[in-house]
Amino acid sequence: MLDNLTQRLSGVIKNLRGQARLTESNIQDALREVRLALLEADVALPVVKEFTAQVKQAALGQEVIGNLNPGQALIGVVHRELARLMGEANAGINLATVPPAVILMAGLQGAGKTTTSGKLARLMREQMKKKILLVSCDVYRPAAIEQLRTLAQQLEIDFFASDISQKPRDIALAAQDYARKHHHDVLIVDTAGRLAIDAAMMEEIQQLHAALKPIETLFVVDAMTGQDAVNTAKAFGAALPLTGIILTKLDGDARGGAALSVRHITGKPIKFVGVSEKLNGLEAFHPERMASRILGMGDVLSLIEEAQREVDHAEAEKLAQKVKKGEGFDLNDFKMQIVQMRKMGGVSALMDKLPAQLSQAAAGSKVDDKSISRIEGIINSMTPRERSHPELIKASRKRRIAAGAGVQVMHVNQLLNQFEQTQKMMKMFSKGGMAKMMRGMKGMLPGMGR
Amino acid sequence: MFGFLKKTATEQHTPEKTGWLSRLKSSLVRTGGQLSELFGRGGKIDEDLYEELETILITADVGMDATRFLLAELRHYVKVQHLTEAGQLKEALAHCLLKLLKPLAQPLETGTYQPFVIMLCGVNGAGKTTSIGKLTRYFQGQGKSVLLAAGDTFRAAAREQLMEWGARNNVTVIAQQGGDPAAVIYDAVQAAMARKIDVVLADTAGRLTTQAHLMEEIKKVKRVIAKALPDGQARLPLSNFPPQAGERTNESLRESGSSAPHEVLLVLDANTGQNALSQVKAFGDALGVTGLVLTKLDGTAKGGVIAAIAKAHPIPVRFIGVGEGLDDLRPFVAEDFVSALLGLDND
Ligand SMILES: Nc1nc2c(ncn2[C@@H]2O[C@H](COP(=O)(O)OP(=O)(O)OP(=O)(O)O)[C@@H](O)[C@H]2O)c(=O)[nH]1
Ligand SMILES: Nc1nc2c(ncn2[C@@H]2O[C@H](COP(=O)(O)OP(=O)(O)OP(=O)(O)O)[C@@H](O)[C@H]2O)c(=O)[nH]1
Ligand SMILES: [Mg+2]
Ligand SMILES: [Mg+2]
Repeated sequence: MLDNLTQRLSGVIKNLRGQARLTESNIQDALREVRLALLEADVALPVVKEFTAQVKQAALGQEVIGNLNPGQALIGVVHRELARLMGEANAGINLATVPPAVILMAGLQGAGKTTTSGKLARLMREQMKKKILLVSCDVYRPAAIEQLRTLAQQLEIDFFASDISQKPRDIALAAQDYARKHHHDVLIVDTAGRLAIDAAMMEEIQQLHAALKPIETLFVVDAMTGQDAVNTAKAFGAALPLTGIILTKLDGDARGGAALSVRHITGKPIKFVGVSEKLNGLEAFHPERMASRILGMGDVLSLIEEAQREVDHAEAEKLAQKVKKGEGFDLNDFKMQIVQMRKMGGVSALMDKLPAQLSQAAAGSKVDDKSISRIEGIINSMTPRERSHPELIKASRKRRIAAGAGVQVMHVNQLLNQFEQTQKMMKMFSKGGMAKMMRGMKGMLPGMGR
Repeated sequence: MFGFLKKTATEQHTPEKTGWLSRLKSSLVRTGGQLSELFGRGGKIDEDLYEELETILITADVGMDATRFLLAELRHYVKVQHLTEAGQLKEALAHCLLKLLKPLAQPLETGTYQPFVIMLCGVNGAGKTTSIGKLTRYFQGQGKSVLLAAGDTFRAAAREQLMEWGARNNVTVIAQQGGDPAAVIYDAVQAAMARKIDVVLADTAGRLTTQAHLMEEIKKVKRVIAKALPDGQARLPLSNFPPQAGERTNESLRESGSSAPHEVLLVLDANTGQNALSQVKAFGDALGVTGLVLTKLDGTAKGGVIAAIAKAHPIPVRFIGVGEGLDDLRPFVAEDFVSALLGLDND
């Protein structure tokens, strides 16, 4: 497991505990940990420096207000500042222009431009009922045009055929003309990947921009990007009037600090995030969640959203509501989560979405796909009433359930413990937000440093 | 100090892509500039200098762990060598970085088996398919025959992309419409045996390591390759070359099993930050990665995460990618990489 802020700060908070107020020197320690955690999350160094300076400012302000636990105050500030820097939620696509509204995709090689073009087309058709045309201006990468053509075909979205013997600008203009004539609402223009320091290629995309006058120019960034994100973002931002950012491959285990770097450097909103190779894998951006992720706080809510996508909608919605309210989360829900977990590729796939302590605890207690089947078996041998009222399950019921599931009573106990922790966790998460959760975590999970 | 780069650039006349060298240089000028400023001001070694060095390492994606380690090494070295002048510090850091990276410089030797089967893996968009195109050219340049296996049956037009690289190199690509990746590569290995091909390069679909089912799938691909070419089936060579120092010898290969794939290459994008460590770990656990390819070094990214990898999970770096053309591949040379990372040529 990667180091992260939650781990780091639990140590610092311990040190801060018992100290009445934040001083210039004890906040220094905490800030050093924040700095390290952000660097490990791949936030670029200049951005980290600015951020910690801001946090310090804000935190010293809190001291004046006084009444809070110093650790609480600091974590609150860190998360709040980070979320604020991430920008607004749900910045949609702007189509306020004479159709066809042109969307130009730009970014480094392999960032995900072509795939995202397909995803965006699908999203706009489904959610906004738009008529879309897709075109590729990538005359360089082998089979790049073919790739977009295949995606368009899979989606049954119109595709403007192009050829590697043509010039990108000519392709784009012809596509625009075609879109006008055929009353397309939107034209999505995929482009070749390019290095920010490749002057000729940067000039090419500037010319494309000048010819097309796109209403959206989207910078596509791989969530795994490291420190160089600042250089790339600077260069693309200088060459093109970007209107937004799309962060791809967030389904991986990268902390995604590049999101903060790119957002900070370009000042443009992150409009969507890519969360799968599949064409339905594009989601709205949520600054709070991204902040939690960068800080290593995990992301229970997007876990639930993922569940919604993959499985029964009504059920997942119910669960999301419950979790939001922090009540009524029972063993039925727990089991449903497990079933969903299966559908989403097993425990290991989900580990990194969970808050650090939870996933560590899980790793420590050897929760693997095998033990998950066991848990499922145990819950299956409970009566519906037991599932919704786990507090009923006392010794004799435990024995019956264990026998039914072919396990030992010990295993039933383990499961009930685990369930209880999850329940607490969910409550904490929904009610008090991060600060409360941080505080609650200490006693909550087995094997956590105390 | 740029001797190596100059030499390779003049040796390899690549009219379509001469840009990478100048790009590499211009990107390095920035680092170099930072460094010359830092060291050029003369005077004694002090804490500010160390802090500036830390900045340079961190912004090259070396990561906190390896950066701390390198700085500790550097302080130690400075002490035992009794260095005092600011101007001496850069060579000292280069020395420490080289010590860390040198063990990774182990060229890939494909003469040990025929066919020598190389499987490529990595996250989405890292540069696997393009690297296969370049590797084909590289091995052909060594007089070897090459066959490609289109093991990415998932991504749109992945097959067509590899076929194009096959056509550019004039080599056969074994592919199926749709189908199972393991089956395609199995067929390719069989074909290579029948045709006495020297090197098989197997492409696989990009996958993020969090996708458990895809990690299982690629493990299966490896198992199936082993079945296609089990122990003892690959021709053992006459061994007219000495095994590399630190390389597995034929002896140990026989012990550890000589079944294919003989090399599992993990392709890493130089733009990647600390997640590269997690990639090395996850693909390593799943497949037993035996070598790395670091792509896209022609950009501004330094690929310093290799130093983090050298410290945490050392695996030989076989090649670096420096462009999108057929010739834009180089064997990894630790000295050159260190010079490039620290901008040592730009005094
Ligand atoms: N897991 C995952 N994979 C993604 C995502 N977005 C793109 N990909 C994959 O990343 C790889 C590269 O995507 P492309 O769309 O080809 O990237 P590109 O920017 O068009 O690449 P070039 O045209 O070569 O510069 C492909 O394997 C995609 O399937 C995502 O959000 N999640
Ligand atoms: N500048 C530069 N671009 C590279 C290099 N290697 C690969 N690329 C580009 O990176 C993009 C992705 O390369 P691919 O070979 O398709 O990557 P992949 O790992 O096969 O991708 P998937 O199969 O989709 O996972 C393409 O646009 C390549 O041209 C390199 O060394 N330098
Ligand atoms: Mg593309
Ligand atoms: Mg590929």
